[in-house]
Amino acid sequence: MKIRVLLVDDEKDFVDALAERLSMRNYDVTVALRGEEALDKLRQYNFDVVILDVRMPGIDGNEVLSEIKRIKPLTEVIMLTGHATVESAIEGMKQGAYDYLIKPCETEDLVTKINRAYEKKAEHEERIREARVKEIISSPRAALKDA
Amino acid sequence: MDTKCGILGQTGLQFFGRITASISHEIKNVLAVLNENAGLLQDVVLMAEKGIPLNPERLKGVAGTMGKQIQRADGIVENMNRFAHAVDENTKEIDIHETLSLLLGLTRRFADMRGVTLSPAYGNSGKFLTSNPFFLENLLWCFLDFAMGATGEERELTIATEENEHAIRICFEGLKGLAEKDAGAFPSERESALMKALDADFTMEPVRSRIVVALPKKGFR
Repeated sequence: MKIRVLLVDDEKDFVDALAERLSMRNYDVTVALRGEEALDKLRQYNFDVVILDVRMPGIDGNEVLSEIKRIKPLTEVIMLTGHATVESAIEGMKQGAYDYLIKPCETEDLVTKINRAYEKKAEHEERIREARVKEIISSPRAALKDA
Repeated sequence: MDTKCGILGQTGLQFFGRITASISHEIKNVLAVLNENAGLLQDVVLMAEKGIPLNPERLKGVAGTMGKQIQRADGIVENMNRFAHAVDENTKEIDIHETLSLLLGLTRRFADMRGVTLSPAYGNSGKFLTSNPFFLENLLWCFLDFAMGATGEERELTIATEENEHAIRICFEGLKGLAEKDAGAFPSERESALMKALDADFTMEPVRSRIVVALPKKGFR
């Protein structure tokens, strides 16, 4: 299955080119040009990794990040930033972002970070699955009750 | 910094820093677009080398995007250059419409971030005054910044000019949220110092949803 990426940035020409390049590398890419649009898409669909610009009109990147971590806590987020907003990106990592990249960035760096973020999410989901299985084996009645 | 530079020096440096930081951010954005489109061309060439046919329309599209971004960068750098030259002369004859257009170009990103539409409503013909270009830009920025925060839910700010024998008036209109703004907070010490230096005056007109800044035609000696 392809890694599902949501790319969020208000620079349309940037988003279009990067989305095309990531699609060529076999990612399943969806784009959003505003924070509000990104959150709508996140509520409707599941994504593995969100690439999120820090500075955007309307809801800014850090606010979007907080909302992502509230509604889809396992989705990993990579912050995109200019030099002037590196502090905001670091703040984002304290709030749970996986990593950040400074624009303009090398595509191969971005691809590496997307893959690592996906692996982290997949491992986390696997551990949750294992915990559920253990719970069912150790106490099937309780598990059925919870279900 | 305040005690050594004085309030005009302090506010001037803050204004200069804020505008140049915004310009650098915009240039970074342009470079990011060019970087991705250059990368896209490389990807397409690599695919062609592997036998996937080139799509000329796609290449035209990428070239068009890159050309558009180069034009954008050219405009940004041109504005930056004109802004930098504002400190060249202590006083000079200024076309206020040119100054307003420069200021709107320099600060459009701030407006975009706040979701405010800036609508210039002055013609092409010039209105001239003699003043200090940098302090004038700084003062107009202070008013523009305040006005952007007073547009209310409509988020549209119109900038117009009026003229009589002695003064040019800059009108920031459409301020539906002006009545709710804290009347005591503006103008602050910095705006007061700039107005004093430029012999400028202002009126708040909440009923007409506007602020008017009056600039004397001979305002800075």
